[in-house]
Amino acid sequence: MAIQELDVTRDRCPITFVKTRIALDKLLPGDVLRVRVSGDGPARNIPRSAAELGFAVRPVIPAGDDTYIIEIER
Amino acid sequence: MEFTGEDIIRYSRNILLPEVGARGQEKIREGKVLVVGAGGIGSPVILYLAAAGVGRLGIIDGDKVELSNLQRQVVHFTGDVGRSKTASAAVKARALNPGVEVVEIDERLSAGNAAGIISGYDFVVEGSDNFETKYLVNDACAAAGKAFCTGGLSRFEGQAMTRVPGAACYRCLFPEEGAGAETCAMAGVLGAVAGITGTILAAEALKYLSGAGELLTNSLLSFDARTMHFRRLEVRRRPGCASCGDESIKPR
Ligand SMILES: [Zn+2]
Repeated sequence: MAIQELDVTRDRCPITFVKTRIALDKLLPGDVLRVRVSGDGPARNIPRSAAELGFAVRPVIPAGDDTYIIEIER
Repeated sequence: MEFTGEDIIRYSRNILLPEVGARGQEKIREGKVLVVGAGGIGSPVILYLAAAGVGRLGIIDGDKVELSNLQRQVVHFTGDVGRSKTASAAVKARALNPGVEVVEIDERLSAGNAAGIISGYDFVVEGSDNFETKYLVNDACAAAGKAFCTGGLSRFEGQAMTRVPGAACYRCLFPEEGAGAETCAMAGVLGAVAGITGTILAAEALKYLSGAGELLTNSLLSFDARTMHFRRLEVRRRPGCASCGDESIKPR
């Protein structure tokens, strides 16, 4: 069980989710991916898209300055 | 119009087709086709129409080639990144067949320029990535009494339809703009799916010009490359359609 960190605050759609997907595909069972995003668009979309892939997504955490933390569990 | 010795060899595989022959090839050579969008769908359309020897091939697109396009927009090469899509596609079309008049229109199709641009062509192939352009082509072709075909992509799925005056139009099928890509993940698309869809549209254009076969009118062909299931849905003309509803031509 490990926590992996990913920062996509400088990326734009769809590269935000491309990088998220690459990180998700590296997770081992029990691992958590913490993705930092900028703006409420990715904060809404990334959890949806991750859930669509069958991952469990925790409630999104506002982290100030219009950034959000999304925790995704495998 | 006579065929040169080289033409006879270049177009031999078309001329040998029972439904095409010399007359059909002549019609292809006299044909003027506008390709809207030099992207994933437009790429094979441009290549196959140039290869087949259409008389005039218009290419309209206002975008520049980006690195993320190359996975599916096979008319553009790595060295074309940053160049206008029309210029990049035109170079390939001319290199493939110098006998084709290739017209580059380096702008976006708009309500202001659509009628004028379309008037120079016999058939339009719509392969853009947005509903606005699809409706624009549909409406401009309906107003001009012009035939066209259109295609769309979503992930592993592709769709194609052809419209001739009197047949069901794109608005008969989709009266309202559909939901666009709602998440960034929706931007995914298998490159070959764009190729299949564009290749279907290229075949429709060549059938229309040569008179061979039956067109994909009053129907929507859709396929799912995950299973390779293809199906054809019947589409009826919708009375009161905003685009073709008051067309005087009888439904056919
Ligand atoms: Zn209609």
